[in-house]
Amino acid sequence: MIRFDNVSKRYPGGHEALSNVSFHLPRGEMAYLTGHSGAGKSTLLKLIALIERPSRGNLLLDGINLSSVSNSKIPYVRRNIGIIFQNHHLLYDRPVFDNVALPLVIAGYQHREIGKRVRAALDQVGLLNKEKSMPITLSGGEQQRVGIARAIVHKPGLLLADEPTGNLDPELSRDIMELFARFNQVGVSVLIASHDLDLIQQMGSPVVSLSNGRLERDDLATGRVASGTGDADGQG
Amino acid sequence: MARADSNQRAKSSPLKAWGVNHLRTLLASLGNMSRQPASSLMTIAVIAIALALPSGLLVLLNNASHLSVGWDNSAQISVFLQNDASEKQAQELLRKLRLYDDIDDAKLIHKDQALREFSEISGFGNAVEALDNNPLPHVIAVQPKIDPRRPDKIPHLLKQLNELPQVELAQLDLQWVKRLFAMLEIAQRGIWIIGSLLGIAVLLVVGNTIRLDIQNRREEIEVTKLIGGTDAFIRRPFLYTGFWYGFAGGLLAWLLTSLSIGLLDNSVTQLASLYNSGYQLSGLNFRETISLIGFSCCLGLVGSWIAVGRHLSEIEPS
Repeated sequence: MIRFDNVSKRYPGGHEALSNVSFHLPRGEMAYLTGHSGAGKSTLLKLIALIERPSRGNLLLDGINLSSVSNSKIPYVRRNIGIIFQNHHLLYDRPVFDNVALPLVIAGYQHREIGKRVRAALDQVGLLNKEKSMPITLSGGEQQRVGIARAIVHKPGLLLADEPTGNLDPELSRDIMELFARFNQVGVSVLIASHDLDLIQQMGSPVVSLSNGRLERDDLATGRVASGTGDADGQG
Repeated sequence: MARADSNQRAKSSPLKAWGVNHLRTLLASLGNMSRQPASSLMTIAVIAIALALPSGLLVLLNNASHLSVGWDNSAQISVFLQNDASEKQAQELLRKLRLYDDIDDAKLIHKDQALREFSEISGFGNAVEALDNNPLPHVIAVQPKIDPRRPDKIPHLLKQLNELPQVELAQLDLQWVKRLFAMLEIAQRGIWIIGSLLGIAVLLVVGNTIRLDIQNRREEIEVTKLIGGTDAFIRRPFLYTGFWYGFAGGLLAWLLTSLSIGLLDNSVTQLASLYNSGYQLSGLNFRETISLIGFSCCLGLVGSWIAVGRHLSEIEPS
C-alpha cells in the first residue's frame, strides 16, 4: 500500500527531516509509526498525503508513484486516504452530520446515499445519537471519534492518523486504538503515528520507528511484532 | 476492488453530481450570507448605492433627451425676405404661406419691429440709431405641421420656401437643439466615466469581502483540501457568494433608482403642468432593469473571481 524507497525530505533552510527512509506497508496491514517529537513522523505522513513532496527518492501509494502526480490530481489521490489529526480539524460551524458528510459531498455522492453512509460511520464510532450536535458540545474523545468517522465514511483504502490519542486519557486512547484495529480487520491499511509507547506495546502491531529522520526499527521488514498480545496481528 | 465498485455505484453520474453540487453550493452560499446579515447587508448596500448613482443619472439623462425630442417638434422656420421686399409683398406672402398644407401657423415680424427689438436687446441702441436705413429684412416665422411618421417633410418644406421669389433665406431654427444634444452627449460621457469608476469600486468591494471570507474560512479550506476537495470545489462557494452579492446589490440598486425617480416624479409633473405639459418622468424599463441586475451579477462574479484567484492558492494544508 505504501512503499518508501530511499526517501529524503529536506526543508528550505537545510533541515533534513527524513534521510534515506525505506519501508513497505503491505495492503491491509496496520503499523505504528513512533519516534520522539522532531524525529520526522509528521513529515512522513505529510509525504504520503501529498502535503509535502520528497526531496529525493520514490514514494509509491497503491502502486502510484506520487512524484508523478500533478498538483491538480492531488485531490483524487487524497480521496483514497482517510486522515485523522491530533487536533481533530473539525469544522465548528456545522453539526456532526455535516462534518462527517464532507468527504462524500466532495466526491459527489447522492443525497440518500450520504445519509446512509454518514449514519453507518457514526454508528461504527458509537456516536449515532450525536449527529445533530455541534462539535464544540462534544468531549475531546467524542470529537476525535467524529474525526475518525469523517476519515472512514468514504471507505478509503488507507487510514493515516497523526497522534490521534495525543490529548486523550489512557482509557479513551485505548478505545480509539481498538477502533483502528477493527477497521484494519475489515481490510483497511492503517498507519498511526504515536509516541504513546506503552499503548502501542499493548496493541501488538508492527512498529516503524524513526530517530532524527532515520529509520531505527522496522518490524514490517524484520517480521518482529511488538511484544504483548502475541502474533495475532502479525505478518500475513 | 469490491470496495471501489460499491463506491462507484453510490456516486451520481458525473454530470448529475456536478449539477447537484452546484445547486447545493448556490443555496449554501446564500445560507452563509444570511448567517451574517449585518455585514452582508452592508456590502449589498454599498454595491447598490454605487450602481444606483450612475443608473439614476442615466435615467434622468434619458428623460432629458426625451424632453428635447418634444422641443424638437416645435421647431420653427425663419423665412428671411429679400431686403427690398415691401411690407405689402410680405403680407401677401404671409397669406399665401398660411394656405400651405404643411404649415400650421405663420407670423410676420416687421423689420421695424425687429430693429427695435434688436436695439433694445443688444444694447447697440445708439449705433442702430446712427444707421440711415433699416438693414434688417422682414421675417416670417413659420410653424411647420409636425407629422412624426414623415420627418422628411420639414426639409422638403424648407426647400420649397427657399425657392420662393421674394425669399432670401429660409432657415430651420435647430441650433439650440444641436447645442442641447451636444451637452447631453457630454453629460452621458460623464455618467459613463462615473459609472465605470463606481463599477471598479464594486469589484473592489466584492473582492475585499470575499478575501475576508476566505480568511475567515481558512480552516475549512485546509480541511477540504486535505480530504480531497478540488480547487474548483473550494472555489465554487466563494464565486456563488460573489454572484449573490452582485444579484442582491443590483436588485437593491433598481429599488433605489425607482424610489428616487418616484420621489422626483411628483415635482416634475407639477413643474410640467406649469408649462401646460403632461410630461412624466419614466423610470427604468424592463430591459434596462435586466441589464442593471445582470451587470451587477457579472461584477460580483468577476470581483470574487479575482479575490479567489489571488488568495485561495495561498492556503495549503501544512
